[in-house]
Amino acid sequence: MFANLLGRLHWSSLPQDAITRGGAIMIVVLGLSALVALTVTHKWKWLWHEWFTAQDPKKIGVMYIVVSTLMLLRGFSDALLMRAQQATSVGSSTGIVDSYHFQQIFSAHGTIMIFFVAMGFMFGLINLVLPLQIGARDVAFPFLNSVSFWLFFAGMGLINLSLLLGEFSAAGWLAYPPLSELKYSPGVGVDYWIWALQIAGVGSMLSGINFLVTIIKMRAPGMTLMKMPMFAWSVMASMSLVAFAFPILTVTLALLALDRTLGMHFFTAGAGGNPMMYVNLIWAWGHPEVYILVLPAFGIYSEIVSTFARKKLFGYTSMVWAIWAIVLLSFTVWLHHFFTMGAGANVNAFFGIMTGVIAIPTGVKIFNWLFTMYRGRIKFATPMLWFMGFVVIFTIGGIMGVLMSVPAIDYQVHNSLFLVAHFHMMIVGGVLFGYLGGLTYWFPKIFGFRLNERLGRYAFYGWFIGFLLAFTPLYILGLMGATRRLDHYDASMGWQGLFIVAGIGVLFLAVGIAFQVLQLVVSIWQRDQHRDLTGDPWNGRTLEWSIPSPAPVYNFTTIPVIYERDAFWVTKQMDGKRRKHYEDIVLPKNTGAGVWIAGFAFAVGFGMIWHMYWLAVIGLVGVVVTLIVRSMDEDTEYVMTAQEVEKHENALARRRMAV
Amino acid sequence: MNEQSESVIVEHPHEPLSLNKYIVGFVLSIGITLGAYLLATHQSYSKNFIMIMLAVLAVVQFVVQMVFFLHVGAERKPRWKLFVMLMMLAVVLILVFGSVWIMDNLDYRMTTDQVQTYLKSQDSL
Amino acid sequence: MSDTAVVLSESEEVKNTEKTVFGFWVYLMTDCVLFASLFAVYSVLHANTFGGEGGQQLFDLPYVLGETMLLLTSSFTCGLALLAAQRRNKQQVLFWLGVTAALGLSFLAMELSEFRHLVAEGNSWRRSGFLSSYFTLVGTHGLHITFGLIWMITMMFYVAKKGFTNAVSKRLMLLSLFWHFLDVVWIFIFTIVYLFGARGI
Repeated sequence: MFANLLGRLHWSSLPQDAITRGGAIMIVVLGLSALVALTVTHKWKWLWHEWFTAQDPKKIGVMYIVVSTLMLLRGFSDALLMRAQQATSVGSSTGIVDSYHFQQIFSAHGTIMIFFVAMGFMFGLINLVLPLQIGARDVAFPFLNSVSFWLFFAGMGLINLSLLLGEFSAAGWLAYPPLSELKYSPGVGVDYWIWALQIAGVGSMLSGINFLVTIIKMRAPGMTLMKMPMFAWSVMASMSLVAFAFPILTVTLALLALDRTLGMHFFTAGAGGNPMMYVNLIWAWGHPEVYILVLPAFGIYSEIVSTFARKKLFGYTSMVWAIWAIVLLSFTVWLHHFFTMGAGANVNAFFGIMTGVIAIPTGVKIFNWLFTMYRGRIKFATPMLWFMGFVVIFTIGGIMGVLMSVPAIDYQVHNSLFLVAHFHMMIVGGVLFGYLGGLTYWFPKIFGFRLNERLGRYAFYGWFIGFLLAFTPLYILGLMGATRRLDHYDASMGWQGLFIVAGIGVLFLAVGIAFQVLQLVVSIWQRDQHRDLTGDPWNGRTLEWSIPSPAPVYNFTTIPVIYERDAFWVTKQMDGKRRKHYEDIVLPKNTGAGVWIAGFAFAVGFGMIWHMYWLAVIGLVGVVVTLIVRSMDEDTEYVMTAQEVEKHENALARRRMAV
Repeated sequence: MNEQSESVIVEHPHEPLSLNKYIVGFVLSIGITLGAYLLATHQSYSKNFIMIMLAVLAVVQFVVQMVFFLHVGAERKPRWKLFVMLMMLAVVLILVFGSVWIMDNLDYRMTTDQVQTYLKSQDSL
Repeated sequence: MSDTAVVLSESEEVKNTEKTVFGFWVYLMTDCVLFASLFAVYSVLHANTFGGEGGQQLFDLPYVLGETMLLLTSSFTCGLALLAAQRRNKQQVLFWLGVTAALGLSFLAMELSEFRHLVAEGNSWRRSGFLSSYFTLVGTHGLHITFGLIWMITMMFYVAKKGFTNAVSKRLMLLSLFWHFLDVVWIFIFTIVYLFGARGI
């Protein structure tokens, strides 16, 4: 009876080999040290009341970014292992891991980087910045926002748990069937993948709805759409994509789960299943997903370039059109991910042409940024460096993409390292550089002090040089015929030298990351010397710079009225004084319901993965009950009176003066 | 001052619901449903014709229900609900028809049954 | 944190309601895409009967017409409930919500019976791609109906206990949107699964 209770959980589920044991031990040690540190410093209550139960999107944003940063380290460790393997596993040597483990490593690498680093940074930044930019106090649905974060956290928990219990998927970051079906992946790996993504995916979808409604319904009076900052436009577009693309992922993951759990035949190799339908659906989601990630990064570049060129953004209207053209087109190109998988010439030609077309609005945006720089008075602060790195890397990678949009060429390089280099240039050079630049740019607004510029510069160069060193060889290798995901190859291929160069590149990247960690530590240590006393450390143009740093929980004492684009810049030119006016502000009360819901969702995932179905049922009931209980709570808001707001503002001002 | 006695039911403050709309919508829906049913079960037109007619009837009923039950036409400007619905429709059409086109096209490089039968009959393979 | 009570002006309440209703509408649109994906899968797999019987043999059209009428009527009675709520007539709201729930429950019962019948004859979701996609598409709709019924019964309790507060009225609006939307989805299931199926399309 008890054996049934534990499903397929067993002592043998604990890690059996050295490297996985090492990873597991590291996670356990890190986790335990965090728990011990919290206990010794008596910070549990503080953590719960100040952070976990918070409804303030600035706090939620910080939590997203902390989690994503930790996951970046984990995903990067996977990359280090992969590069080490491919640099050494030649001829008679089998490298440092066996092939089954290598497959889990690259599957985890991709999954973590996309879902738990890129998406996490994105939602984190949107939480931090969007309400400020549109002159709002909060997002449309603060409780939903908290639920979204905790579902993200639960998904992250499951992925990390796979290092301790069981194994991870070895089917790639997208788990194509039939490999991902029960017959060929009978273990828990693919199930971990499915449930981590399904749970985090629900969180993402809710965020998509939340931020979209926020932009549509909560802009400050007078801020018409065409007066919004470009970052807000890009978030609106990205969240529209989230809302309409993520349901496809939800369905596809669910169907795979149904195949694996209830013996259905959606994607099985027999009984009328159609594995290609999975490929079709997963990319119908997957292509919009990459635009979901890159559009906010584009928005960040618009903010950074206009601020540091000290010039208004060139071609605002064409930027808006370009963004929406990209949104529409992103739903018409998905087959280019599987040109080689059997479609005829007509279909391939159509999707190839659309893929070429989508490069056009993207090009428009790059030119607009360059034209913004032209005749500006450019300050090369760290955020601007990230932009410059982006222009170089993303343009090269983008051209490679246009090359591959021609199906005949794609037949030569599909699933080679050429492809791998291309998409890393897009995601690292495009998405990640944007988010890192954005984090540096908006850091003072959230924390009240600037990051150390010099270390930031070093970090950027580590990343930039490291990235080029790590990925340029991959283009060459791809053209030489190297397939992706190889854990071993013949010495006669002549590839090893290039793999070693790529390995060195990754070490440079590690140095870049080390500088970032150092920058954070040093900046915190030196924070009094770098306090942001004005709230406007970069001489910015948009509303977020009009309030003190760190931004108070209510953002604005009074909601501003907007008359122009770049509203704050205009105000600054006219009068520097901030009018003091206070009013009662309604804010959401903290609640732990989001944590509970995610905890129950985690139970659902864990139960489904390990076939402990009783646990999954309890989890599902728990989620529903928590929602109903929460809905019965009539006391979910509190008032900060005008006097309290005034006291708070004065206290902030005194703290700034004291420095 | 507690405003709870003035609770607002309607989605848009100046558009009260009307019984007539619901009745008209209900009657139309029943009619269209029965029409579609009869078409599918009793008429002996070609498959293609039936398919198109049924699809048209479904779309008409979709519009009827949207207008009369979900109040799509009654929005004040800016018409965000309509805009979001149109985006959804665009995505849905592309997804469904695109998927059907692609999946059907995967047979492009396979010999058709017709060709196979012919080749067998020629004894040449 | 002060002890001042949270009181919103009427225009703020209206704005809040508008915001929530719009947010729920966006969610319904995402649910449409969810169903569209299931429809896409059904379209691709509906002929994959793997040697078994297809829709033409398995579907009982008069029975399904009956289900459809039940659901359509329930959509109408839901509208009547909302009208009664507008007039703040508690008894009528409870009555019409009750009727709606009863009709919805009957629909669900008929559907479950249909499923049971199929399974009993060896045509379960494990049999073929066609049956997997059939059970999943129709079953997902049925799951939504189930959640709707749970919500409806909860709302009946709220209306009975609290009358027409802002929160209750707002949620009745959302529930009715949800219920109508489920009827819209059903029209497409009725057409594409059953009517098409009956003609071998």
